[in-house]
Amino acid sequence: MMHEQNKKIKLPGINNLSFDEPLIFELGSEGRIAVRLPDEQPVLSLPQHMVREEIVGFPQVGQSELVRHFTRLSQWNYAVDTGFYPLGSCTMKYNPKVNEDVARLSGFSYSHPYQPERLVQGSLRLLHELEQWLCSITGMKRATLQPAAGAHGELTAMMMIKAYFEDMEEKRTKVIIPDTAHGTNPASVSMCGFSVVPVKSGRFGLLEVEEVAKLMSEDVAAVMITNPNTLGIFECNVGEIAQAVHEKGGFVYCDGANLNALLGKVRYGDTGVDLVHMNLHKTFSTPHGGGGPGAGPLAVKDTLVPYLPVPLIDRHGESYRFNYDLPKSIGKVKSFFGNFLICVRAYAYILALGAKGLSQVSTNAVVNANYIKSALREHYHLPFDTPSLHECVFTDKKQQELGVSTLDIAKRLIDYGFHPPTVYFPLVVTGALMIEPTETESRETLDQFIEAMVRIAQEARENTGVLHDAPHRSKVTRVDEVTAARKPVLRWEKTLHP
Amino acid sequence: MSYIPNTDQDVREMLARIGRENADELFSHIPDRFRFKGELELPEPVSEMELISKMRQLSQMNSSLRDTSSFLGGGVYHHYIPSVVGHLIERAEFSTSYTPYQPEISQGTLQAIFEYQTLMCLLTGMDVSNASMYDGASSTAEAVLMALRSNRRSRIALSSTLHPEYRRVIETYARANDKEVFLIPYNADGSTDTGLLSERIDEQVSCVVIQSPNFFGIVEELRNAEKIAHSKGALLIVVFTEPIAYGLLKPPGIYGADIVCGEGQSMGIPPGFGGPLLGILACRQGLLRALPGRIVGKTHDMKGNGSYVLTLTAREQHIRREKSTSNICTNHGLCALAAAVFLTSYGKKGFRSLAAINHGRAEYAKSALSKLAGVKLRFSSPTFNEFVIETEKDPDKIASRLLDEKILFGIRLENYYPELENCTLISCTEMSSKQEIIRLCTLLKEI
Repeated sequence: MMHEQNKKIKLPGINNLSFDEPLIFELGSEGRIAVRLPDEQPVLSLPQHMVREEIVGFPQVGQSELVRHFTRLSQWNYAVDTGFYPLGSCTMKYNPKVNEDVARLSGFSYSHPYQPERLVQGSLRLLHELEQWLCSITGMKRATLQPAAGAHGELTAMMMIKAYFEDMEEKRTKVIIPDTAHGTNPASVSMCGFSVVPVKSGRFGLLEVEEVAKLMSEDVAAVMITNPNTLGIFECNVGEIAQAVHEKGGFVYCDGANLNALLGKVRYGDTGVDLVHMNLHKTFSTPHGGGGPGAGPLAVKDTLVPYLPVPLIDRHGESYRFNYDLPKSIGKVKSFFGNFLICVRAYAYILALGAKGLSQVSTNAVVNANYIKSALREHYHLPFDTPSLHECVFTDKKQQELGVSTLDIAKRLIDYGFHPPTVYFPLVVTGALMIEPTETESRETLDQFIEAMVRIAQEARENTGVLHDAPHRSKVTRVDEVTAARKPVLRWEKTLHP
Repeated sequence: MSYIPNTDQDVREMLARIGRENADELFSHIPDRFRFKGELELPEPVSEMELISKMRQLSQMNSSLRDTSSFLGGGVYHHYIPSVVGHLIERAEFSTSYTPYQPEISQGTLQAIFEYQTLMCLLTGMDVSNASMYDGASSTAEAVLMALRSNRRSRIALSSTLHPEYRRVIETYARANDKEVFLIPYNADGSTDTGLLSERIDEQVSCVVIQSPNFFGIVEELRNAEKIAHSKGALLIVVFTEPIAYGLLKPPGIYGADIVCGEGQSMGIPPGFGGPLLGILACRQGLLRALPGRIVGKTHDMKGNGSYVLTLTAREQHIRREKSTSNICTNHGLCALAAAVFLTSYGKKGFRSLAAINHGRAEYAKSALSKLAGVKLRFSSPTFNEFVIETEKDPDKIASRLLDEKILFGIRLENYYPELENCTLISCTEMSSKQEIIRLCTLLKEI
């Protein structure tokens, strides 16, 4: 497809009203308070040596100052609600507002984890049904909703695999991880005392059966696969790989961060996967919150069910009960029952879409990614020219020749009103630009983004200076990360910030 | 489909632009045997108004703390959340942004976390804080891993008065690391038996983990524990489940704690059936490089403007992979923001008043309950806003009878401490009015 630079496409740009705002500790004055408490001065029944004075340094501001402070800070943020966020692997889709309303229903948000079972039947039913739905979507037997994030789900999976082999009285010490994997994979593995055996991906960044089979032995507890992988490409050999792993008694773990591409298209269980985690804050559209909270449920096949964290939630006729009777369980990875209010949002999302809607989500996510890929391939180097799904990875190879890097391209996108893609990941691609548009972006937004990328490619040829200093229109320009790390200033102190 | 803007016609035109007949072609490289041909077993989709109605029905199958008098605590507390907290954290610029990897367009989140880190340091009396963890339990488990990394020892001493859920999570993490956990019993007064700690600690012990106020609500004397732990080269980890307590109590930093960690739910986060919560993790300067999780630092931009950035990333999994200090990636950023707004709402004077009110209400309840026939205080040590009572009658029967009157009795302790028969953990906050406490006493007399 030719994508001529189109003067008619108006880019969002940025040119906002942005205030300066000091730290909260530098505002207000002695004695101010933003919210009034009941007027009482209770007698303290604590030994005097245990009691502290008022906390010196705590803010003292009025309510209007407080609201203005945090509102101004918020205005310095880019967000899904303000613009396009093509962060590869992060699945920054639009988060439906109604899900926020239902998560705030008092029966959900004001229920206590120690309430008797019969007073939380709504919560238990919701968690039980969500577990069933996630198992249906992934083709697995049962799931735990306890893990708080994707990496936490991975960790839970590795703990379960370790417990399984201990139970079988087998000593397995290694886990095979491809070089395209998310950094959390090896980190989770080493937290369980396993050593990491890296496996090189082959042509098109795909895992090859022979490579995995060569490394596979009775010392290997599991292989971790991401499917589609971090290049957005489906791991076609997953069936044969699973067979090779299973023959030696190992497990196949799937990092389900990219489930967004496969809803209703492929069930992980059918591909030989034994355990898979999901990121509810990616695939099931719960807001990311500037860094969480999310949720990382883990679904498993039959063999591993006895090792799931406690409690499971079982249905008995019309009522739902906690099941702590799992003698082989790894125990708990988090207090109580997981990030319940995130589960409420994901439940509402699935309820609104149903099977057909979820399948459409993946169709549209894949169409959008391929539309971008097709439009940009003549302007940017495509390291793997092979069919891909919900995201596509370009590099800065063409622009490097002109002295322009991936970082420059990413930062210049900010001036045009877009969040940069994921950059320099996966590590197997030099100068990677990993673009994931998601299904919630309109064709017009994609056209705008494509136009911005085309203009940047042109700037690389004509005016590299404007790229090296980008962004120009943001609240701050590129920041000095080296100084931040060398001389860490990690908190306000009266003496440091007079 | 309302969450997908493109119509079938849009999609057809887009496919035509990329030379495809239909969308299915884009999936055709997936081996046929893996293609799912059926339809997922899920309920039929509903409209937005039907969705609200279904969800409301489900939520009404729960009883809400807002419609009851609750004396439940034990790590999750029913505190008042100032109106400003919800309004500010629900701003979409905060709630729908990603982890602030691009500092130029994330200064809002970054500065707010920097403020949060400062508030946590002031609250706990520690030098540095990270940008949040999942919850108090997993934060404590990570603190233990930090200790294991920094002194490479193999045993972990847990006070038996540490929250039972926290102990369970630490045991899970420790087992995965092939490390041994052992418990230090509590005294007759309900505090950690430092005599026994002294006897059982040796040079293999990596850390001593003590909660204060502990699971029984008792304020622990940390000075002894600190001496014992440090005399054997072990780290002292102090845990809390009720941060409001530090509005009134001296912070663990003063007693020489190496790591302070715990739960921040009390600060602007609803109970939410136990999640999402807020994991707090702070330490002394010397342990900074072993600290897991995100950390925000101050720096400047190319033009010299002050700015903030995620820093010390060389500890983290996306750089160090299997050698990182932790696997944590997504944390609980929005919950940390809620805590920062909450503390700012009350500020220096208000936060202390809030702590005093909590303590005052609990002391009122403690005194009123202990005067009832058939009820006595189980322990004599000073408490903050929770305490343990022992009843002549079976606590389950009492709880069930109170429920008829829309009162949630406390937590039955026998489930976690078999020796504490007929003992119940009662929690009061600023939400527990004197009238409610009097009503509880009146009903207890009748039961």
